[in-house]
Amino acid sequence: MLSWPRALSRKGRRDTGGGSSPEESAAREAGADPELGRASQWRLVWRKFRKHKLAVGGAVVVLAVYLVVVFAEFLAPASASATDERLTYAPPQTIQVDFSFSDGLDFYVYGYETRRDPETFEQKHTVDTSQKIPLRLLPRGESYEMWGLIPMDRHLFGPVDADQRAYFLGADRSGRDLLSRIIHGARVSLSIGLIGVVVSFALGLFFGGISGYFGGAPDTAIQRLIEFLMAIPTLPLWLALSAAVPPDWGPLMRYFAITTILSVIGWTGLARVVRGRFLSLREDDFVIAARLDGCGRRRIIFRHMVPSMSSHVIASLSMAVPAMILGETAMSFLGLGLQSPAVSWGVLLQEAQNVRTIETAPWLMLPGLAVFVTVLAMNFVGDGLRDSADPYK
Amino acid sequence: MNPPPGKDGPVTSTTAAPREDVALLETRGLTKHFPLRRGLLGRVAGQVRAVDGVDLRVPARRTVALVGESGCGKSTLGRCLLRVYEPTAGQILFRDPADGGTVDLAALDEAALKPYRSQIRMVFQDPFASLNPRMTLLQIVGEPLRVNRGLGREELEEQVAELLRRVGLRPEHMRRYPNAFSGGQRQRVGIARALALSPRLVVADEAVSALDVSVRAQILNLLKDLQDEEDLTYLFISHDLGVVEYMADEVVVMYVGRIVETGATDELYGRPLHPYTEALLSAVPDPDPTARRQERIVLRGEVADPSRVPAGCPFHPRCFHARDRCATEVPALREIRPGRKAACHFAEELELRGVRS
Repeated sequence: MLSWPRALSRKGRRDTGGGSSPEESAAREAGADPELGRASQWRLVWRKFRKHKLAVGGAVVVLAVYLVVVFAEFLAPASASATDERLTYAPPQTIQVDFSFSDGLDFYVYGYETRRDPETFEQKHTVDTSQKIPLRLLPRGESYEMWGLIPMDRHLFGPVDADQRAYFLGADRSGRDLLSRIIHGARVSLSIGLIGVVVSFALGLFFGGISGYFGGAPDTAIQRLIEFLMAIPTLPLWLALSAAVPPDWGPLMRYFAITTILSVIGWTGLARVVRGRFLSLREDDFVIAARLDGCGRRRIIFRHMVPSMSSHVIASLSMAVPAMILGETAMSFLGLGLQSPAVSWGVLLQEAQNVRTIETAPWLMLPGLAVFVTVLAMNFVGDGLRDSADPYK
Repeated sequence: MNPPPGKDGPVTSTTAAPREDVALLETRGLTKHFPLRRGLLGRVAGQVRAVDGVDLRVPARRTVALVGESGCGKSTLGRCLLRVYEPTAGQILFRDPADGGTVDLAALDEAALKPYRSQIRMVFQDPFASLNPRMTLLQIVGEPLRVNRGLGREELEEQVAELLRRVGLRPEHMRRYPNAFSGGQRQRVGIARALALSPRLVVADEAVSALDVSVRAQILNLLKDLQDEEDLTYLFISHDLGVVEYMADEVVVMYVGRIVETGATDELYGRPLHPYTEALLSAVPDPDPTARRQERIVLRGEVADPSRVPAGCPFHPRCFHARDRCATEVPALREIRPGRKAACHFAEELELRGVRS
């Protein structure tokens, strides 16, 4: 009866004398590359993320879009406010290439022939192939200050003659270049996402952390607050909050006000993620082990708990950025957010609000495409991050 | 003090003179109730009596096993001793080796508790959950040393290497993460972490239950060897009576948060005094196919719900020997014979069957 441990002990006892047993080391060595055991958390995350093709593609797009944001002045052929009264609603021009090789490749666009409709007095622009507006890389154009610091007048690509205009994506109501405006608008639209997320991240981490770590009464209070905020319909809340923004505030103040409004609503989701992780981690064996090891509260939180949820938090952050961008776009589109002369994708789309404009100048919908592509790419990245966030499963 | 007895050692001597052993740890009326909260305002609707007035005695340099079904409160008891859970009531008396006096661990605040945390250590059940996957073996095993002793880098590495060697792991693997190791090896890491501060008492909470059988024997033997080398005392929490028979000098049987029987391993296995112990022992599988199978005692019903403990003896609804008295009167844990205690009104008259090996 009950003799098996003793029977095993004769053999097993000798085995443990030194070194790990043969079968255990065999199990470890089999098929495991020697580096595997040494890969840190972030290397494992990256290894898994890399296998997610869509996410990697999305990451490339997102990176490219943020490069555009950083170098907006240089990449845009013109400033966002350069108008041309003669060329309102000018259609997009196609870049033509001259293969005559007189001196290298020559790029040019055809000019416009403008006529006024005798009945409606509307301006009509047709492509005039007799005019050629030569283009080049790094032309001198409108002068600007890079990042508000370095005075420059070179642009990436544009007409050789600074007085001539080229509209690769068409022009708007006042003859402003849509491409330039999309590029400049990206700066506001995408940075509002980042700043808004940083603010709601701070709020979410703070409230979620308190909620999850301490539990009890603070937890109950914060959870009810979150439920309250989540139950308010977004649109009326936006309305109320933007009505509270004084009308005499400048575009910059307004921008910060809008960011704050978005993050005040946006932190709830993240707070729940953080709370949930804290609650489950608090009971995890390795956190209890750290407590028994004599670690102080700060060391347990920052050395054991936070690293264990950082990847989850980053994943939910990457999902929150596109939500912020959509929020700004929607608010500005409805006229509650930013207003001209500020440029954002939402502001640009505001001009595509009526059907007649879309009929005469369908290219005004292009900022919507920019929103679509960016948000989609960000969601792919978020998906990939979420799937690779916990490499230990 | 004699060296810790092996299987064939002088286990029986504990019966002859049990009071000569110095108790390293003793609990008096240790109780842990978890409040059941209901509704929006978290009104306390009841109590889960996970541990209910336990008097446990762990003699120095012995292995005491805590056995019982899942949910009987044995793990909660273990965690209360380490103050992972705050006991609701009762004392945890720990003999301070420095001056021979005793301290009540249940009454200390977190700061005062710290020096005792390095003397009572824990080995966890799940070797996958108990090691932080984001830390290397060096960081995991070194953490208690770093936090409590403030060792420098080189000293730390030296000590961790020594600890890893002692539990049968290769020191050159200290920069690897736990995911590169098998369950048995991870459990060795957990043991190394427990030993890092040269503890006196190790609470092994189902330390081998998650391991497969061949590895299990190795870890058990490692624990035994370490006990010899380091003069350790074990509180070995397990539901596996085979393992317990191999490891333990004394056995404590728990049912619904209370101790129902205690005694030296051989005696308790040979002649149980409580019907619950009898039932547990009859459920142990016999690996010998030629042996004549003893009739198994199949208990009726489920383990009692610790939030609604039956009146009288908590075991009476499932007991084959239950009489009227059992339903009304709670049996106290009392000494039936020297060194043997049981909580049953009829412990003296019942003829219960144990296992003979």
